[in-house]
Amino acid sequence: MATLTVSRAPLSGFSFDNCKRNALLEGEANKVGSNLPAARKTGTTICGLVYKDGVILGADTRATEGMVVADKNCSKIHYISPNIYCCGAGTAADTEMTTQIISSNLELHSLSTGRLPRVATANRMLKQMLFRYQGYIGAALVLGGVDCNGPHLYSIYPHGSTDKLPYVTMGSGSLAAMAVFEDRYKPDMEEDEAKRMVRDAIAAGIFNDLGSGSNIDLCVITKGKVDYIRPHDEANQKGVRTGDYKYKRGTTSVLTKMVTPLSLEVVEESIQTMDTS
Amino acid sequence: IVPVAGLCPQGAYGVQDSLRGGFSSVKNELLPSHPLELSEKNFHLNQDKMNLSTLRNIQGLHAPLKLQMEYRAARQIQRLPFLQSSHLALDTLRGSDDVIGFEDILSDPAQSEMMGEPHLMVEYKLGLL
Repeated sequence: MATLTVSRAPLSGFSFDNCKRNALLEGEANKVGSNLPAARKTGTTICGLVYKDGVILGADTRATEGMVVADKNCSKIHYISPNIYCCGAGTAADTEMTTQIISSNLELHSLSTGRLPRVATANRMLKQMLFRYQGYIGAALVLGGVDCNGPHLYSIYPHGSTDKLPYVTMGSGSLAAMAVFEDRYKPDMEEDEAKRMVRDAIAAGIFNDLGSGSNIDLCVITKGKVDYIRPHDEANQKGVRTGDYKYKRGTTSVLTKMVTPLSLEVVEESIQTMDTS
Repeated sequence: IVPVAGLCPQGAYGVQDSLRGGFSSVKNELLPSHPLELSEKNFHLNQDKMNLSTLRNIQGLHAPLKLQMEYRAARQIQRLPFLQSSHLALDTLRGSDDVIGFEDILSDPAQSEMMGEPHLMVEYKLGLL
């Protein structure tokens, strides 16, 4: 590539070179009256619950891009470590990258300590990273897992604050899901009852919030076992066509039929090999 | 939007270097293009300052002095300025050899499409510019 007169080495990490240009472009677009394309969000319902043996995380599966559904079946429950999973709401790329970075860091950390990672470690790493970027990384997370100290559930907001609670909901459908939890939560529930409650909470979000939809994914984490049920419940199935607009042969009667054969002769035949190296 | 001092022109005597840096405007120099720009530019510096001052308060002056001497020695083990150096000694001292962050994934300088001009970069490093 062409060399530039660069006197300093390029910096790694986030580059703010295009911010001024983007602000200018947005101003120009607004003057004309159009909008720049929106980032893909997971306007979402995610929730988590601590029950007798562990933690259950639930999420819907719709990803939106403004007012359009971008992905009808995306996976919002991300892997952090064999005993810790994290649901993500907010900007899809942010949740994806953040959880992957924290997962890598936790793996390196657990290799150097030689122990199974703890949920509090993941929580601390996430909150320190999100606070560093002052909320510009739009990732609202529900982090849950079972470690040597028992089951833990945290909710992490984009600006870096965290809450450690027995049941949490996040996302645009969080109020609908929280209503279900507040009504029916009891400490130390059985697994079936807890799964039914999480399913109902996510269903409340799916049916009452425009930003959430499609199926319900569940992740049941207990000591030594993780059950990633995807999909747990296909709450919205695509409809089946009941009628057909095709007409049967013979609906219209044929009066005359005329066949004209077009004889084409081969003039030239050549082979051009593609460079598939 | 508050004007900040950290984006001063980088040339000698604080005057803009039009030959090398191109034209500049007061708006570009004084106002940050993103609220995070300054805090990210100085993030490692500030973190080191905080850690070393805590260390000084706990263990006395010699501990941070010795560490900083080691950092300086490790920072000198590098290839020529326009080539990529691995910073392995520096990373091991800092403890950042088993941590992954955005600086390892986004705009990795080893994969940048533009190369620095070798003569210019060496002159800049030696202070001959």
